[in-house]
Amino acid sequence: MRALEPWVEQPLMTFLTESEARLTLLMTSAGQVVAQHGFTRAVDIMSAAALGAAIVSSTEEMARVLGVRPFRALTHQGESHGIFLSAFETPRGRWIGLVVYGQDTSLGLVQLFFDRMVDELTQGVPAEGGTKQVLAQDFESELHSSLRALFGR
Amino acid sequence: MTALYLESLEGLTRLRGVAGAMVVSADDGLVVAESLMEGIPGDAVAALAASLMRRMGTTVSAAGFSRPSFMHLQAARGALLVVPAGPDILLIAIGDRHINLGLARIEMLQAAEQLG
Repeated sequence: MRALEPWVEQPLMTFLTESEARLTLLMTSAGQVVAQHGFTRAVDIMSAAALGAAIVSSTEEMARVLGVRPFRALTHQGESHGIFLSAFETPRGRWIGLVVYGQDTSLGLVQLFFDRMVDELTQGVPAEGGTKQVLAQDFESELHSSLRALFGR
Repeated sequence: MTALYLESLEGLTRLRGVAGAMVVSADDGLVVAESLMEGIPGDAVAALAASLMRRMGTTVSAAGFSRPSFMHLQAARGALLVVPAGPDILLIAIGDRHINLGLARIEMLQAAEQLG
């Protein structure tokens, strides 16, 4: 497990232990990765973050068109794996969690412990600092720096 | 079908000491129907009880028995009862310390047979 900000580590670690999720990605709504667990290749993180942020954005737009409140979570149940995708508010802005889980756990458990992690993250945000906004001209260098931190290289 | 679930749950919650009952998806641990007293976190109980039942099933199978037909978890201030109602559904009852376990068990097994 790797996180760009240390205060994210403990809530994420608790979530991973309790939910037995296989892969987890925490990112901002712009797709900027904050923490990851289980990914071994940077390219997978980049793809998953971009796709996750795009899916959340699409479903939020769909909710807007339908005139309903934004969907709380989106799940896909495959034969051997499930995907759970949920956006949530933090004092640092809107974040997205992408979780891939296997047959050794369940959607109910993932959802339960995800909600608890969100509570812990929301309560644990340090007063100072913030997730840095990435400007277009800095995007590539910021991305590489984030990925280096997330993979410890 | 939902009416049948609710009818079964109401039958259970009428029993003395039963603080709530739920029909839960066995694989997902998600609530299908519930009749709970205020303050009981149904989602959490459903997810954890389904997980417990799944692990119990693995344990019992490893021991060479069939899948569990009734699970009774006794705690200091109450009890959790779980009965599979068919392959995909669990019937869960949450009891306080005044629950009549024998009666609750009979009612749950009958309800599970109807639902299954």
